Amino acid sequence: MSRTILEVSGLSMRFGGLLAVNGVGLNVKEKQVVSMIGPNGAGKTTVFNCLTGFYQPSSGSIRLNGEAIEGLPGHKIARKGVVRTFQNVRLFKDMTAVENLLIAQHRHLNTSYLAGLFKTSAFRRSEREAMDYAAHWLEQVDLVDFANREAGTLAYGQQRRLEIARCMMTRPSILMLDEPAAGLNPRETEDLKALISVLRDEHNVTVLLIEHDMKLVMSISDHIYVINQGTPLADGTPDDIRNNPDVIKAYLGEA
Amino acid sequence: MSRNIKSAIFSALLVLIISYPVLGLKLSTVGISLRVEGASAFELWCIGGAATLIFLWQLLRDRLTPTWAKLPKLPSGSGQVGNFLTLPSTQRWIILAMVMVALVWPFFASRGSVDIATLILIYVMLGLGLNIVVGLAGLLDLGYVGFYAVGAYSYAILSHYFGLSFWMCLPIAGMMAALFGFLLGFPVLRLRGDYLAIVTLGFGEIIRILLRNLTELTGGPNGLSIANENKPTLFGLSFERRVPADMPTFHGYFEIAYNSQYKVIFLYLIALLLVLLTLFLVNRLLRMPIGRAWEALREDEIACRALGLNPTVIKLSAFTIGASLAGFAGSFFAARQGLVTPESFTFIESAMILAIVVLGGMGSQLGVILAAIVMVMLQEMRELSEYRMLIFGLVMIFMMIWRPQGLLPMQRPHLELKR
Repeated sequence: MSRTILEVSGLSMRFGGLLAVNGVGLNVKEKQVVSMIGPNGAGKTTVFNCLTGFYQPSSGSIRLNGEAIEGLPGHKIARKGVVRTFQNVRLFKDMTAVENLLIAQHRHLNTSYLAGLFKTSAFRRSEREAMDYAAHWLEQVDLVDFANREAGTLAYGQQRRLEIARCMMTRPSILMLDEPAAGLNPRETEDLKALISVLRDEHNVTVLLIEHDMKLVMSISDHIYVINQGTPLADGTPDDIRNNPDVIKAYLGEA
Repeated sequence: MSRNIKSAIFSALLVLIISYPVLGLKLSTVGISLRVEGASAFELWCIGGAATLIFLWQLLRDRLTPTWAKLPKLPSGSGQVGNFLTLPSTQRWIILAMVMVALVWPFFASRGSVDIATLILIYVMLGLGLNIVVGLAGLLDLGYVGFYAVGAYSYAILSHYFGLSFWMCLPIAGMMAALFGFLLGFPVLRLRGDYLAIVTLGFGEIIRILLRNLTELTGGPNGLSIANENKPTLFGLSFERRVPADMPTFHGYFEIAYNSQYKVIFLYLIALLLVLLTLFLVNRLLRMPIGRAWEALREDEIACRALGLNPTVIKLSAFTIGASLAGFAGSFFAARQGLVTPESFTFIESAMILAIVVLGGMGSQLGVILAAIVMVMLQEMRELSEYRMLIFGLVMIFMMIWRPQGLLPMQRPHLELKR
């Protein structure tokens, strides 16, 4: 049995009088695809924001590989290997696709000022490696021909793929995708599904997913958490969830 | 049609209202009092003619526009040229050619034009520095002149009280300005957009007012003058006419007659050297991870954080490096003037530098150079000094219509992938 990589318990987030997230617990094992589903406004994205340090959770604990990370600033959590995409694509729109990928490797690059100013061989090597890695991932998401196009001019589906590739540049251990299939056509959704499998199987990435496309969620997830009005409603394998009467009532709807 | 007539009458009236007081009424001094004089008939006819022209143009604009559209379009053609001009490879050649011309030119030019060129170079330096903060990192800084002042006063104070030479003070001035940039950067990092602009504006003013009121240290409104022996030297050779007896001079060493032209050219060459160093620095920074991070920060700060980039560090570095460039420019400015006063560092200077950056095209270096030339020329047109602001406004309006992205907007570098 693989070990637990992310353990969340009793996570709550309060905005003034509104309890947006109430006692959510997650247990994510390595190389799993775990989905979070629930009606709009259930607090799924708020959970993501708490996990990635964009919000300071009001209470609860978040443990990454046994280490408490709640309350850390976003960039520190990202450096520990928890990287996310956003519901609305957040690329660096005026920069080219390949530049987007280079920025994400910032932490792995030679950022010494002197090395850069004098173009030392170490600096050039580090830049070359970054380019190769970026090229590799552009190929992986089928965007090689668009490498020097400005990211904002790419088609929506391509932007989604580029955003995932950009996350992969940071060499994450957990990738959190916030509605990655929103706005994609059925074929693109199939591609996305294949891409997520590749991420998990070849790159040893654990994927945490928020998604409304039930076909995608049910076919790819190892474990599903259902959240309704900020509180956990149910969790289990896709089959458990599909047949759970509470979930059907609150979210899936009667067939 | 009636709408057209209305707007035509309105525009014509506007022309009359604006141009009559500006062009038609003249103030002349009689003894100690002023007298208002009417304009000559010719000028009045000109104003009337302009109003009629505007009236007709506004009236017939809709009919003229279709014929206008049929004409081969000029802006699109110039757009292509602009595209070609903004390619990085072209820019490199243009810059190289410009450097060559800039090196040779002063030896054949008049003293006055070399002096103006030196001023242009100072503004290029300032523009390039502010370009890092505003153009690349996207932090609207309206108090940039504060760092310029810190650089100038660092040199003035160090030379006045400790007798340090220009070449000693130059790096210190850069570091002092960088230190101020770093210190001021800290509190303002939480702000962005308009709020940041207001606070930096305040900082710029605070520095100026401090300099004016620290009379014991800075000489207050009278400023500090820089002694001849501390002015820039060429390997110890002074370009001044009067120096202490034990100091070698340029004209003395080469046994030629003293000519103030030498000094002007020498200052110009120092400025050119500083600009070239700045250009090199900015060019390298742009291609370094930190340069990309600045731009990423401008694009989307939240995405930056999600990717593990620390926005605080990145912003601070932009602020610090931008400020240090202003510091270098400031100490050179002090050396050229020979006197620093707080009034050289008013808000209008910040606005001027910002206008250079915006006019040139955010992030574009060649654009900044071009814009600095345009702006300083506008400022220095003595014969047109009354209409300077008018021309200024006109240039801005035409820019907004034809090239809202700036004269030479920045182009993305093309990165070749290895297959």
